[in-house]
Amino acid sequence: MELQTLTYLVVGASFALYIGIAIWSRATTTGDFYIAGKGVSPVANGMATAADWMSAASFISMAGLIAFLGYDGSVYLMGWTGGYVLLALFLAPYLRKFGKFTVPEFIAERYYSKTARIVAVICLIFVSFTYVAGQMRGVGIVFSRFLEVDVTVGLIIGMAVVFVYAVLGGMKGITYTQVAQYCVLIFAYTVPAIFIALQITNNPIPQIAFGADIADTGTGLLEKLNDIVTSLGFNQYTSGTKSKIDVFCITLALMVGTAGLPHVIVRFFTVPKVRDARRSAGFALLFITILYTTAPAVGAMARYNLLNTVQPGAIGAVEGNLEYSARPEWMKTWQQTGLLSFTDKNGDGRIQYYDDSNAEFAARASAYGWEGNELSVDNDIMVLANPEIANLPDWVIALVAAGGIAAALSTAAGLLLVISAAVSHDLVKGIFMPGISEKRELLAGRIAAAFAILIAGYLGFDPPGWVAQVVAFAFGLAAASLFPAILLGIFYKRANKEGAIAGMLTGLLFTYGYIEFFKGLFLKWAGAPWGENVAANWLFGISPEGIGVIGMLLNFAVAISVSKLTSPPPEHIQHLVEDIRVPRAA
Amino acid sequence: MKPKQRAAYWRANLKVLAGCMLVWFTCSFGLGILLVDQLNQITIAGFPLGFWFAQQGSIYIFVALIFFYAWKMNQLDQKYDVHED
Repeated sequence: MELQTLTYLVVGASFALYIGIAIWSRATTTGDFYIAGKGVSPVANGMATAADWMSAASFISMAGLIAFLGYDGSVYLMGWTGGYVLLALFLAPYLRKFGKFTVPEFIAERYYSKTARIVAVICLIFVSFTYVAGQMRGVGIVFSRFLEVDVTVGLIIGMAVVFVYAVLGGMKGITYTQVAQYCVLIFAYTVPAIFIALQITNNPIPQIAFGADIADTGTGLLEKLNDIVTSLGFNQYTSGTKSKIDVFCITLALMVGTAGLPHVIVRFFTVPKVRDARRSAGFALLFITILYTTAPAVGAMARYNLLNTVQPGAIGAVEGNLEYSARPEWMKTWQQTGLLSFTDKNGDGRIQYYDDSNAEFAARASAYGWEGNELSVDNDIMVLANPEIANLPDWVIALVAAGGIAAALSTAAGLLLVISAAVSHDLVKGIFMPGISEKRELLAGRIAAAFAILIAGYLGFDPPGWVAQVVAFAFGLAAASLFPAILLGIFYKRANKEGAIAGMLTGLLFTYGYIEFFKGLFLKWAGAPWGENVAANWLFGISPEGIGVIGMLLNFAVAISVSKLTSPPPEHIQHLVEDIRVPRAA
Repeated sequence: MKPKQRAAYWRANLKVLAGCMLVWFTCSFGLGILLVDQLNQITIAGFPLGFWFAQQGSIYIFVALIFFYAWKMNQLDQKYDVHED
């Protein structure tokens, strides 16, 4: 069968499955719609959380990022998993005990304030839309490459599918759809990884193959990789170039951000008990770990495969480099998408791939007659092209396409649901129309979800940056705004509404301002970025990706000092905090 | 539940938290970032040790840590008789 027909079949079958599940488990009450009726088992919730949270960035971009960053890519691995420890220990059990529908609702009750609720809604919508743009972009990439349709058409198909199961099924429909999506995406991710690990090292387990010897040689994969990359002028694979403080801050910002992401937090509202919330966080991380420990192995093997393809012979020898006309099929197909490109700078008909920003190596390269790096490879194709690079059967390629779409759609759906809940439950019912009937609130939620999908589609069509980068910013913002407010709400009884509001606003504005200053996230029309994004200009040497940590510290400092300077929270709030701290209040 | 017992439960909880956070910090920020260059001098099973902690080891420890926490807290809940049902 043709690859394209096969891909249509596999992707089509997965869509039919998701929609079937959504119809079977559709929401009929607001409780179903917001928190799946609190009836989800901890294991199912763990899978749903894993799918909800492993986005297009995790599935498509992360291994590619690590492949090019080497050790520096560890920030994503430790950051995005370590956050679950914070979530499990500091937030999940207490918010489950609180037992309401949304994150802003917790903030509103704990800080006895409609203003705090509105600020939390603003933070939540800001974080969620920044994040959802990345997902929709991921959907576009997968569709345009594998189904060979226009990116816009791909986006519209993706939006339609999410519309059906998010709007119809609510949280209940999404939960069980996400369980299916988790199975699809983890299978799609690990199968090619196992094949590639076998090919390179004769060992089927990527996590072990990663450190094993290359087949039929006595040289370890990492050792060999270090040799090749350094001999082409790149940095050593197993040690990084980022400063320690920057690695430290990015990792911490991603951890705290993970714990502060509203669509992840709200998943712990759906289990029956406090005990389940604790265990469920463990299962979520266990399911995530399967992908997250495979990804760095895939990254290292993809980098090795790529270098071996382009530079099969000795460095400097004329025949050492791949002839352009003899380039493999996968290079041709990815060239058409523009994600891989080649320019023959020295006109020798061969491809030279090396680090031409390394002055010392560039001098040696020009002695070979090389006139600059001729190949550019987008991070995002490393996972998607991997099965083709390794010559795996077509059904594996079709499966990877379905997995990439599952990862993007499950995250997009989770985000759209927290956005719609924030609008219908926190704004419409909580602020503007407190007397609204349950039926009309449900309708408002569905309308809000529909609108959110349209905006998400537009952001995917004209995204503010590339996938993983945009997602990293959403984490910084979540770290600096929502996490401290929730944490203080549980652990610091003295925290009051003035402190929380001032803290959230400080964290949000500072972090957003810093990112806008160096990266120009949304204000491109106003002339941003204003500062050159180089280490010399950064505050304490912390890059915009890691600045959420400073935003978070500012949030804590402002919230605590303002709380101390103003009157303590009323008696019944202090009781509320006492009550949240104990699983069964007597 | 008496306020005194409630306070004791909360103190015990914070102690578990502090222990877990110490492990969390040591294996990720400590071994994976701050001491990475020193640990990379040692190679085990083909991995420079610091690199392994940063890209694999710390993640396994995180998973174990959450399950340990869930187990330990269940014990505390029983001991202070605040468990559900």
